[in-house]
Amino acid sequence: MSVHGVARPVREGLFTDTEPPRLLASRCDACGRHQFPRSDTCPYCAADGALPVELSGTGRLWTWTAVTTAPPGYRGEVPYGFGVVELPEGLRVVSRLTEPDPARLSAGQPMRLVVVPVQVDEDGQVLSYAFAPQDRP
Amino acid sequence: MNDVHVAGVGIHPFGRFEDRTITDMGVSAVRSALAEAGVTKGGFQAAFCATAYGGVASGHKVLSRIGMTGMPIVDVEAGCASGGAALMLGAGAIRAGAYDTVLVFGVEKMPKGMIRSSFFEPWQEESGLAATPAYFALRAQRLMQDSGVTKDHLAGVVVKNRRHGVHNPDAMFRSEVDVRSVLASRVVSEPLHLWMLCTPNEGAAAVVLSRADGDNSRGRVRLRAAVLRSHVPGSVLNESTPMSGLVDDSVPAATTLAATAAYEEAGVGPEDLDVVECQDTDAARELLSYEELGLCKPGGAAALADERATELGGRIPVNPSGGLLSKGEPLGASALGQVVTLVHQLRGEAGHNQVEGARVALAHTVGRGANASVVVLSL
Repeated sequence: MSVHGVARPVREGLFTDTEPPRLLASRCDACGRHQFPRSDTCPYCAADGALPVELSGTGRLWTWTAVTTAPPGYRGEVPYGFGVVELPEGLRVVSRLTEPDPARLSAGQPMRLVVVPVQVDEDGQVLSYAFAPQDRP
Repeated sequence: MNDVHVAGVGIHPFGRFEDRTITDMGVSAVRSALAEAGVTKGGFQAAFCATAYGGVASGHKVLSRIGMTGMPIVDVEAGCASGGAALMLGAGAIRAGAYDTVLVFGVEKMPKGMIRSSFFEPWQEESGLAATPAYFALRAQRLMQDSGVTKDHLAGVVVKNRRHGVHNPDAMFRSEVDVRSVLASRVVSEPLHLWMLCTPNEGAAAVVLSRADGDNSRGRVRLRAAVLRSHVPGSVLNESTPMSGLVDDSVPAATTLAATAAYEEAGVGPEDLDVVECQDTDAARELLSYEELGLCKPGGAAALADERATELGGRIPVNPSGGLLSKGEPLGASALGQVVTLVHQLRGEAGHNQVEGARVALAHTVGRGANASVVVLSL
């Protein structure tokens, strides 16, 4: 899916405008731990000056569910998938999932990062990140 | 350090009360607690009021109404653990010798429906990531992956607590349910069905604390520990609701931190407990609390439930009041509501839901922040 044209990210600094996309994180220079979203200060060792990094675009599903009722402040469609994906950097990331049926997902399943529209307003599409099963479009 | 006693407790029922303001409910609970303690105007030197949604000066409004102001009145917000936080401050002040008698109360009138929390940022809301019950579901799903917990166990928690709630006059839901009807209720976020989630509502609770002064008269309940802890980072599913965490399952939960400190402060262990009120925001949260509070080994929650140990009449009854699943959850009042019900238990005044011979009791709340509180009471 295209991230160009009238489409805009839900917030700058969360993911790259590339194909395939990457999540923008930070890596602490002092303790080596990663943090998403990016933060100047490490939440683990409190060191300042964490370095910006891009995370791997693939990982494995760790836990998952579906959101069936629109939560506060959300104007997109329901249901949608919701879960946590483990990335090779030693990070577990909370994310939307493209698969809205929990029965079609399983623990350890390979997933890849995509960018999806989460709502359409008068200025066009609003984009956010999601993980999709690697074997499905 | 001074010992702390519970001199009186009071509660306004939890539910929905269109004709009453949050201040009305607070006045009702505070008056009851003061009357029980025999405390009148000028009889307490500080007040701590717990509320998450009450707004500015909630505590002042209650005490203004009954003509008891002038002392420090501090409003306290710590999410679901707000009441535990207020209790910690009140007890700590007495222990330190600052006051002889302190009023601690909690008030709440929650918005209806799925609650919009100022906790989340706009991008999280717009991305659909501000879905609070879905975070509970992720934790429940993981608990099922990691242990022998099944959907029947989740439904079983609801059945147990709703059965207990039948005899609690202060509960919102007072009818029994069975496993089949719980599983027939709408799926909110797999594996959690609607009836497995507690209902945000309204209510108030109040506790008068006093310096023990060597007075160990019968019926006076001792406050042995009132501990509040926040999270340490690393667990992606902890109640601070982070967007990422580490691939590391050894990070201690906020509840475990609070429980460990409370057991040490009280000089008791989980094996000494006779009765527990714990956070059952959702059915899985209660089972996870068994592990985090040390009522069973890690991974042992399903076995403890299978043994029926946590039912009234079992080895360690949990939520004999019916829990939040029966009472509903008025955030600022819920932790102190647990303390009120446990004081009744220790005094032998819990009626149908009495745990015979209860001498040591534990109250637990955990929620957004993260904030976890553990309170230990004994005769």
